[in-house]
Amino acid sequence: MKEWFNHWLDGDLDVMENILDAAEVPDRPREELKEQNRRFRDEVYQRNEAKGALEAGQKGFYALYTVVGIVSCVLLIGVLLFTVANLPEYGHENPRTVEVVRRYIEQGVQETGAVNVVAGMILDYRAFDTLGESHVLFTALICVMILLARDSKNMRTEYEDYFTIREDAYFDISKDSIIRRVGYVILPSIFLFGIYILLNGQISPGGGFSGGAVMGASLIMFAAAFGFGPVDTFLPGQRIRWIAFTALSFYSFAKGYVFFTGANHLENHIPKGTPGAILSGGLILPLDIAVGMVVACTMFGFFSLFKRGSIGSD
Amino acid sequence: MDFIRNFPLFTIVLSLFSGVLCFLLPGKAAKRYTFIYEGILLVLVGSVLLYTIRTGGSFTYVMGEFPAPWGNEIRAGVLESLLALAFVIILQCSLFAGYRFVEEDMDESKVNLFFTLVNLMTAALMALIWTNDLFTGYVFLEILTLTSCGILIVREIGRTTLAAVRYMILNLLGSGLFLLGVVLLYDLTGHLLMVPMRETVSVLSRDPAVMPVLTMAVGVLTTGLSIKSGLFPFHFWMPDTYGWATPASASLLSSIVSKAYIFLLIKTYYRAIGMDVIQKMPIPYILLGLGICGIVMGSVQAMHANNLNRMVALSSAAQIGYIYMGMGMGGVNGYTAAVFHILAHAVTKSLLFLTTPRLAEVSGGSLLFRSLQGAGIRNRDAGLFFTAGAFSMIGIPVFAGFASKLQFGQAAMETGNLKVLTAVMLALAVSSLLNAIYFIRTMIRIYSTGLGITRKEVPVRAHHRAGYNIPMIVLTLGNLILGLFSWKVVQLIHLGFSMFR
Repeated sequence: MKEWFNHWLDGDLDVMENILDAAEVPDRPREELKEQNRRFRDEVYQRNEAKGALEAGQKGFYALYTVVGIVSCVLLIGVLLFTVANLPEYGHENPRTVEVVRRYIEQGVQETGAVNVVAGMILDYRAFDTLGESHVLFTALICVMILLARDSKNMRTEYEDYFTIREDAYFDISKDSIIRRVGYVILPSIFLFGIYILLNGQISPGGGFSGGAVMGASLIMFAAAFGFGPVDTFLPGQRIRWIAFTALSFYSFAKGYVFFTGANHLENHIPKGTPGAILSGGLILPLDIAVGMVVACTMFGFFSLFKRGSIGSD
Repeated sequence: MDFIRNFPLFTIVLSLFSGVLCFLLPGKAAKRYTFIYEGILLVLVGSVLLYTIRTGGSFTYVMGEFPAPWGNEIRAGVLESLLALAFVIILQCSLFAGYRFVEEDMDESKVNLFFTLVNLMTAALMALIWTNDLFTGYVFLEILTLTSCGILIVREIGRTTLAAVRYMILNLLGSGLFLLGVVLLYDLTGHLLMVPMRETVSVLSRDPAVMPVLTMAVGVLTTGLSIKSGLFPFHFWMPDTYGWATPASASLLSSIVSKAYIFLLIKTYYRAIGMDVIQKMPIPYILLGLGICGIVMGSVQAMHANNLNRMVALSSAAQIGYIYMGMGMGGVNGYTAAVFHILAHAVTKSLLFLTTPRLAEVSGGSLLFRSLQGAGIRNRDAGLFFTAGAFSMIGIPVFAGFASKLQFGQAAMETGNLKVLTAVMLALAVSSLLNAIYFIRTMIRIYSTGLGITRKEVPVRAHHRAGYNIPMIVLTLGNLILGLFSWKVVQLIHLGFSMFR
């Protein structure tokens, strides 16, 4: 009893943990290790022949696991389908439930100055949500940087280097003349199209997120077709940082100013413009530009982090 | 309008800006800036709390020119500002006490990214606390999820990365379910702001055909948030996540982040659905049952752990069970007990997670019980603070844990339901016993010199700087205040709930 208690006090009773803690394994002679490896391999490959009690238990557990998994999935699907089938019908008029939508559609243009009602909704009526949303992508970029950016803990080994350099040389499409020629023709138009979507967010479908995504995609294609060199000359790492900082802090403060004046019933001095003109919709255009910049830089940053472990040349 | 009413907005916008600014600053400057900024935040939140207590009322703040059903809104009352204040204090203590471990665990070039994430996390926490709109809740829930995965992987060892992947998958599942719930509720009511939604729900709930759909929507939303906060069947991500993260992250994740999800759930129940509608659903009973299961299972699993951090992490599962048990009991008393336990557990768990690495560093960096022999003698301060935290977890009077157990007992008495009373009392008794067993085991371990191990010299004298104890003292004092003046805090929470309608 006392021995058992001491074992528990020592933490020796936890079977799983001792398997996982590799640091505690003492050095053993080479022959013994070899023998152990051989036994382990045999055990793995001849799994079907071994029919221990533990194994049967495990098999039973996995069978049960599969069955319970399937049953609970089917149940969940059934319940959710039942829920969806019982939702109010589309177009079913209930004055309470269409109150908000009606105002967005009927008065959106004159209240926000944007012909694109969606832009008016996300950047004016519910701008606080979009303020959060514009920081989500930035947060993701930070997480990827922590995970992938090269530092003293995250270096390639020589072995990896050897293969990576050879692979990169073999798969480097930037030497491919077909891709380069096609790039000369289509990349400028894709980039311009991105700018067009970005600037027309308030008068036609589009806006910061979609335009920025197109611009970011064209940057990625540019880097893939011509190598990182040309992109780095006009978008070095420090500039990406500054663009992200400027755009996001402009967004926070511009919207903070609008929230502040709105809540305190002050005049905010931001002209709404004529609906339909390019300079309309009040803050929507500048905010779209800010969001587009962040999205483009972030997308290129992701590509660059995955490809070479830094968001730009430093 | 009083100028103080703008402060909740400032806490959110300034935190977002601070996050982006730290991205640009070098590591040391980011650290200094964050510490100063947290001080400013404390002043802002503290003055909102004083203002709401003095005026005896809550206020809503229109985000922009469009009022309630059309534009976004935030809201501040006593309950929100009390939680915000507690969270900011714990955030500060975790950063102060955990910074040197962050420096050890991270490469210098990435320290500013840690502070970027911490500031963005602060913004998300503030927004989740102040929000008066379900969709805003979802957006900042996403930021909170991403930042918590980020501060988990800063250690860059295999185990934290693996834990972060698991944590992220479960959290995204939770976010997805929450979003599904919000979408269903929006489809039913046509509103996203909480108060108009509640008014529509109370009209709709009179129709028996709508009730099953409504229950499903609330159920999906509840499932999402309970996965994220780690209620019983979904608690298995806890030991790896909290056990291997850098101490500051473990303390932030366990004491603040999971509580923010629970507070959002409480807020949704009270303000977006309405308690009278919730009481008609089977959801409270399910929460009660799962909470009690969590209390027992978490404690049993914690007894089996052989690593101190994993043990403390698994005891978190039990404590989350307490909170859901309080919510399952229903009524203002049950919810008051739940919110009180949110505070008590936040203060205690951060204290424990910030002391365990100090015990480990005088035991050769190992958290296994075998290596911790005599650690409390080698680092007396850490041992003392760990003991204080453990006493609170067990529920020894004077400490916060006892006060919250008392609250749960009283709330169970006032339900007037004998089955609930028996179940809650049994759960409290069993859990206190199990807590005592595994915390006393740790105590014996860190204060005994037997088993052939004698007093060792503390490896590095510099680790005994008095400054390291300041955050611990603050947290212990918070613990004692919650324990000794619990009636005052409970009064405040009651006041907060009375404004919650």
